[in-house]
Parts: sequence; structure tokens; C-alpha cells
Amino acid sequence: MLEITGLRTGYGQTEIIRGLDLAIAPGQIVAVLGANGVGKTTLNKALSGLLPIWSGTIQFEGSSLAGATPADIVAAGLIHVPEGRKIFPNMSVLENLELGSYRRARLHRRTNLDRAFTIFPRLRDRASQMAGTLSGGEQQMLAIGRGLMAEPRLLILDEPSLGLSPLLVEEMFTLIRTLNQEGLTIMLVEQNVVQSLDIADHATILENGQCSIQGPAAELAANPALRRAYLGL
Amino acid sequence: MYTPAIVAEAMVNGLLTGAVYALVALGLTLVYGVLHIINFAHGALLTCAMFAVWAASELLGINVYLAIPPLALIFLALGYALQRFVIGPASRGDDANTLLVTLGLSIAIENALLAAFKSDTRTLSGDAAFDVVELGPMLLSRPRLIGFAVALVVALLLWALLRRTDSGKAIRAVAREKMGASLMGIDVRHIYALTFGIGCACLAVAAGLLLPTFYVTPRVGQAFVLVAFTIVVLGGMGSVAGALLGGLLIGVVESLGGLLLGESLGQAGIFVIFILVLLLRPTGLFGARA
Ligand SMILES: Nc1ncnc2c1ncn2[C@@H]1O[C@H](COP(=O)(O)OP(=O)(O)OP(=O)(O)O)[C@@H](O)[C@H]1O
Ligand SMILES: [Mg+2]
Repeated sequence: MLEITGLRTGYGQTEIIRGLDLAIAPGQIVAVLGANGVGKTTLNKALSGLLPIWSGTIQFEGSSLAGATPADIVAAGLIHVPEGRKIFPNMSVLENLELGSYRRARLHRRTNLDRAFTIFPRLRDRASQMAGTLSGGEQQMLAIGRGLMAEPRLLILDEPSLGLSPLLVEEMFTLIRTLNQEGLTIMLVEQNVVQSLDIADHATILENGQCSIQGPAAELAANPALRRAYLGL
Repeated sequence: MYTPAIVAEAMVNGLLTGAVYALVALGLTLVYGVLHIINFAHGALLTCAMFAVWAASELLGINVYLAIPPLALIFLALGYALQRFVIGPASRGDDANTLLVTLGLSIAIENALLAAFKSDTRTLSGDAAFDVVELGPMLLSRPRLIGFAVALVVALLLWALLRRTDSGKAIRAVAREKMGASLMGIDVRHIYALTFGIGCACLAVAAGLLLPTFYVTPRVGQAFVLVAFTIVVLGGMGSVAGALLGGLLIGVVESLGGLLLGESLGQAGIFVIFILVLLLRPTGLFGARA
């Protein structure tokens, strides 16, 4: 579904992603793990067209994303729910969701709104509330709901559990698993290593701008070097 | 000396003029709210629009009010192209550059108009300017009444556009969260250009409403933009509702100032307000939310 080879990108002169290879097969949850500041968000920005690709290729469902604008990429069904949510604070919950289908799946807006409200009943109660006044957890639900409005083929979630209470983190991971079981392919960027490896099929560790370790999630969870470095065990 | 009837008439006249001021301010505040730049070419573009109205009426013989819809569309396209192909690319995403580009554009437009039309004062021929309507004890200018009604309708349409259509929602989204908007597949450059185009379309409508009672020279836009800028600051930078209410208020202040201090000092009241707002409430009347 997604195939990245030799990707290089960064900011100005600073190279952050240094020849990264990664593949995501349809139907999978792929966890992308790594220390703070290693370049996970930078990778996501390159995938959604916000950062130019310096070299390497990104193939999404068989076609190259070289030179594609963020709008092209959304239209193709690669939807990115960003770190920090980036919801529209000056607009209502309903309007935020509606804009999720600005470029894609506009004709299914009604049905998908119902679906988003079924997944997140709290959003239905707050449909006319300004998004900027939602709690952090509600804002994260809104960001994901807004992403789902575009009927993603591949959904990138950048730290969806950031700033949530333990109970809500639990709920969030359950939701991610449910969405995946309903057929959605997910790239999950997370700091919650244990829970991510628990629900992911495949996982990779980002280090020095490359995917240093890749493999089935269960295998990574058992890897002694990784357990020492990331789990403190 | 000032009977209630005279004061009331001055206030109503102020409201009538104020609505058209508001239209000029709407374009300015919309562009500020979304692109976060002060468009220094706003006045020159208003002058352009007024010359376009004058030409449509005097050279082509089209009724001023019938000329407004096509001119609004032409200015929408013109504004779109200006932002998309001139201001946007020339400023490379740096706001300081954008200011300079719009300033340069305004100088270029003004000088082109000076070269073409000299600094002569032009008005529409005919005496429609002196048509009056009797409303109770008041005698009101018919073109100003029309201007008021049309300006309010346009403001309402703009409001509906921003609230009810996907493009309008995208404009509001880009105003506050560019990255989030991009990730929804909203083309930010398109929205910038569209916003700039809408601002120019507002100017074309305002020009068509002003000209029946006003004159046009290659510098006329600057005077209106100074007033519009006061309105934008008063209403809160970027606030559409603020621009409308601020425009009406400024219209009344100018009219009452003219009555009490004499025509030539009418505008002095506006600048007193400008300074008071900056001192007492720099975010404007509606700025807290904007
Ligand atoms: N806009 C920017 N301009 C310049 N450098 C940036 C920019 N954004 C991020 N960086 C740098 O790029 C590096 C990678 O940042 P990135 O946000 O991708 O890390 P991350 O892996 O997502 O970290 P975290 O887990 O904390 O979210 C960091 O060193 C950061 O300082
Ligand atoms: Mg990050």
C-alpha cells in the first residue's frame, strides 16, 4: 500500500530523514517508534506533502507521490492526523468534521458524519461547540473523527495518545484496533511503546533518520536490545 | 440650533454612508484576517474600481447599478490573479515582502491611472446624485439609500458565504490553522487568492455605490482606505461583524462631526476615535474573539 525507499528530507540545510526505507501492507497496523526529536513527525510531513522530498521515492497504492501537493495526497486517500491535533479552534465541532470531507468523500458527508458521531458520541453532544473550547481528549477525538470523514485508505496517526489520561489512552488504543479490524490500514506513530507493539502487526524503530530495526511487532517486543533501550527492562 | 429632526437626519445619513465604508473595510479586514497582511494596494484597487465604474457608465453607457455585478466578478478574477500570480510568488511566504509588494503595486497602479487620466476630477453625468426620497420628516438621498441597502445585502451574502459554503469554511479554517487546513486537502494558495479576490469584489461593489454621489481621481481611494483602516481597528482586525458595525458607527461619527464642527472637520472625529481605540482598547470592539 505504501512503499518508501531511500527517503531523504529535512528543514533548510538540516537533513533529518537520511535514506529511510519502509513498507506498509494493506490491512496492517504499523507502529513507528523512536526517541523524541528523531524525525517521526518530519517523516509524516514528507508523506503528506508538507515537506519536499529531497531524494528517494514514495509509492502510494502503486503511484508515485513525487511532486504531489497535500491536496493530491488527501485526494488519493492518505490522511494524516497530525501531532498537536491542528483542529480549527474558531469553528464548531460540526464544521471541523465537515471540512474533513472537503477534498474527498464529500458525497458521503452525511453518512460519515453519523459514523463519526457513533464512534465518538461526545462529539455529537458538542456538535455546535467551538472546537477550541474542547478538552484535550475531545480535541484528539475530533482530529481523528475529522480524518475519518475523508474515508482514508491509509491513516497516519501522530501520537494520538499524547496528553490523554491513562483511561483515555486505553480507549484510544482500543479504538485504533477496532478501526483496523474494520479494514483500515494505519501507520501509528507513538511514544507508548508497550501498547503500540501490543496492537501493531509490524513495527519499526526510527534512529539516525533511518528505520534501524523492523519486524513483526511481537518479535520487536521480545528483542532484548530494544527492551533495554525503550522499555527500561 | 440643532433641532432633533436635523440631528436625526445627520445620523441616518451617517448610517447610509457608513454601510458603504463598511464594505471597503470588509475587504481589508478579510484579507488581514486570512492572509495576515495589511494590503497597501487596497486604496489603489478601489480607485481602479471607481474608474471602471466611471468608464462603464460614461463610455459604455451602462447603468451604474447594472454595472456592479459584472464588475464585481471581474474584480474577483483580477484579485484572484493578483494574489496567485503576483503578490504570492513575489513575496515567497515572507509577510514583510508582501507588505512591500502591495505597496509597490499601489504606487504602480496610481501612477498608471495618473498617466491615463491626469489628476482631473470626474463625476457621473446626469443629476441622479440629487434624487431625494422623503421619509417622514427627513429628506434622504436616493443613491445613498440604495448604497446602504446594497451594502447590507452584500455583507449578508459574504456572511452566508463564510458560514454556509465549503469554500467559506475553508477560508475560516486557513485563517487560523494553515497546516490543519492543508492536511484536509485545502489548497492554501487557492484560498489566499480567493480571499483576496473577494476583497476586490467588495471594492467593486463599493465603487459602484460611491460613484453616484462622489467623484473619482487617481488618488481618491486613499481617503477611503484611511477611514476603512480606522473601521478595521475599531471593529477588531480580521472581524467581519466588527467591520460592519464599525463602518456604521464611523459613518455616524463623521456625519455628526460634520454637523457640529463643519463639513471640513467631520473626519476629525474619526481620527479622534482611532486614537482613543488604540489607547483604550487596542484589540478593537470585537477584537477579543478575533
Ligand atoms: N520546522 C522545523 N524547522 C527546523 N527544524 C525542525 C522543524 N521541525 C522539527 N525540526 C527538527 O527536526 C528534528 C525532528 O523533529 P520531529 O518533530 O520530526 O521529531 P519527532 O520524532 O516527531 O519527535 P517527538 O517524539 O518529540 O514528536 C528535531 O531535531 C527538530 O528540532
Ligand atoms: Mg513528533
